[in-house]
Amino acid sequence: MSGAEVTVTGVCVGFDGHRVLRDVSMRAGAGEVVGLLGASGSGKSTLLRVVAGLLTPDSGRVDIGGTDVTRLPTHRRGVGMVFQDNQLFPHRTTLENVEFGLKIAGVDRSERRARAEAWLERIGLGGFGPRLVTELSGGEATRVALARTLVVEPTVVLLDEPLTGLDRELHDQLVRELAGLLRDTSSTAILVTHDVDEASALADRTLLLSDLQS
Amino acid sequence: MPTARTGSTSGPTSSSAERHHTDGEPGRAGPTVNRSSPWLPIALVAAPTVGLALFYVWPFANLIVEAVDVESVRTTLGRSRTRSIIWFTTWQAVVSTLVTIVVGLAPAWVIARYDFVGRRLLLSLLTAVFVLPTVVMGAAFLALLPDSLDRTVWAVIGAHVVFNLAVVVRTVGAVWEHLPTDMEAAASTLGASPFVVFREITLPLLRPAVTAAAAIVFLFTFTSFGVIRILGAPGTRTIEVEVWRRSTQLGQVDQAAVLALLQLGVLAAVAVWSSIASRRHARSLALRPLARPRRARSRQERLTILVVVGVTSTIAVAPLLALVVNSLSSPSGWTTSGWTDLGSAEIRPGIGLGIDPIAALAASLRTAAWATLFATALGGLASLGIATAGRFGRVLDAGLMLPIGTSAVTIGFGMLITFDRAPYDWRSTWWLVPVGHALVAIPFVVRTTLSVLRSVDGALSEAAATLGASPTRAWREIVVPHLWRPLAVGAALAAAISLGEFGATSFLSRSGGETLPIAIEKLLGRTGSLLQTKGYALSVVLAAVTIGLVMVVDQTGDIVGARRGPASGPPRVGRAAGPSSGAAAPGSVDEVGR
Repeated sequence: MSGAEVTVTGVCVGFDGHRVLRDVSMRAGAGEVVGLLGASGSGKSTLLRVVAGLLTPDSGRVDIGGTDVTRLPTHRRGVGMVFQDNQLFPHRTTLENVEFGLKIAGVDRSERRARAEAWLERIGLGGFGPRLVTELSGGEATRVALARTLVVEPTVVLLDEPLTGLDRELHDQLVRELAGLLRDTSSTAILVTHDVDEASALADRTLLLSDLQS
Repeated sequence: MPTARTGSTSGPTSSSAERHHTDGEPGRAGPTVNRSSPWLPIALVAAPTVGLALFYVWPFANLIVEAVDVESVRTTLGRSRTRSIIWFTTWQAVVSTLVTIVVGLAPAWVIARYDFVGRRLLLSLLTAVFVLPTVVMGAAFLALLPDSLDRTVWAVIGAHVVFNLAVVVRTVGAVWEHLPTDMEAAASTLGASPFVVFREITLPLLRPAVTAAAAIVFLFTFTSFGVIRILGAPGTRTIEVEVWRRSTQLGQVDQAAVLALLQLGVLAAVAVWSSIASRRHARSLALRPLARPRRARSRQERLTILVVVGVTSTIAVAPLLALVVNSLSSPSGWTTSGWTDLGSAEIRPGIGLGIDPIAALAASLRTAAWATLFATALGGLASLGIATAGRFGRVLDAGLMLPIGTSAVTIGFGMLITFDRAPYDWRSTWWLVPVGHALVAIPFVVRTTLSVLRSVDGALSEAAATLGASPTRAWREIVVPHLWRPLAVGAALAAAISLGEFGATSFLSRSGGETLPIAIEKLLGRTGSLLQTKGYALSVVLAAVTIGLVMVVDQTGDIVGARRGPASGPPRVGRAAGPSSGAAAPGSVDEVGR
């Protein structure tokens, strides 16, 4: 599936009377990789959650592919997301984790197995399918989380500091791998990070959250 | 019997906490010169060990001897009546368990996920209902339901469900609040609808907790006694009730013994199954940080919370309210005579009530005082002994847990057939009933005390030793001052257990010495509105005292073992209606004092 344009217009979010996002607007063109930088606690992840539909904004709107999705539940938005601590499903094997989205989409058993295994090969984890995800190392778990999201070819991929918590060497290696994956996919991607180098290595364009608020 | 139930609400987490205690106990590691006298542990464990052997092991052995007789087994199992009772006991327990799980999941979810006004109150309310004496719960449903439903299986199942909601809410909730919301979010970004997320992610991850809760509820309802004595009819008898009936009413002691052992076999099987099942499915969710409950954001969320909280609290409050209303009403309208004439043992001048409510209250208080004293003294000694006595300590620890894994009826029955001949004819002594109650209460005292003891022992005592304190001095200065609070908590639990105990008391109580639960059962079991009104009034008194005691523990319990998150709330306690799952044994009961 090809990427879709994402537009955020005048989004405000508050928690318990505390304003986290004030009138934020941004745009990511179809197929573009946008890096979103900001200090921790500045609301980057909150903005990503608004785009994913995990959080309903107090005001403002979100459009994906020209359609207003502000009130659309997450599972109908065609948005994939990679979470900060991966959130692999501990009761399923590595292969079953990667297959999950295909299964939900109704892809038949043999095809989804083949596609998931192909993705495991692609991220260098061929043969890891039957393993429990709780036995994976940090870098392996991150790769599986990426594969699980990308295998369903979402129109929009949201990455919430996916490479945080890895040691330097592994981090740099995964930045290179992720750059390759993002180049190969036609999805629109929004990458939240606090690492300027990471953003410039991965993104076509980098935005500062503080610049998006009015 | 009693009234204390234990429940492991924390399921999988508790045993690891327990293990942690043991690991962190330097006193036992390796040889040390800083030892008190070797006689100290022996002196400490002596009394609890003798008590356990005399009042639990011996009666229990007698019960087995009584039952091991081919002819008795054949007669008992050959009766179609027996088979229909086993069938009824099982299916009502299965249905009660399933309904409790289904009804309990919504409040478990709301309490684990959302922060709202009255959250703690709702949890306390469910706990209060859970610790009600079984006869009070029976009485409450008798009061609540229309006459046409009064003595039916539906009344019984209803009472079981309301009674045990807290088990599901706490056991499942304790795991649910550790389930990362982002894991469910991840599934929805992969296209799963809320229903599919629940089916594919949430439910499988909660399964160990649901299994644990189901096992506990099943064990409680399978051994239901007090509720059925009040609400049951001839067609709705559990094995437990039948043991009581055949042994005390029909004189078929051998058949009753066979049934008691049969039941024990089922309890052990369920306990073993549940511990295997929860181990197999154990996921380390408990190790994840607490997913903090949050305030509702949308109107839809607020509405959902409102409905769930409203329905749950209505379910919990309605029976209690009905109890109060019925204690104030008669067929001819409102009346306070149930209360004002509570002291009168006559229906009309010259016609006796057959029971003296005030005397029953006095008997209950007297019994509870002694039971509390026995349980606290022996439980305190046992805890100190267990902490110092090495391997034998662990054996004693497990042994003291056994009475709550056995049903109260079985304990009372064993004591009844053991202490009936000289020189052990103790049935008419004043202390036998309190001893029976103490047997069930001691594990609660041990759990509360031991967890505190283990956390202060060791490092602190070592520090004291380096400051020049002798082992005994260090013990007196460091350990003893920490004992008062857990002992007080244990004492309050023991008192609550004793006050509501019905199963064992049904066997051991003598005419003229009836305790409140016995009096309530007698009053409600007879016709006549005045009798009923007084029965309800006594139920209100008993409910209020029990809830009061447990709320005191609830407040203190947080201080004693504040190791859990905000949603975990008070300790579990309770009507030791029966075996709390034997499976849940040591690990789970340690929740008691939290």
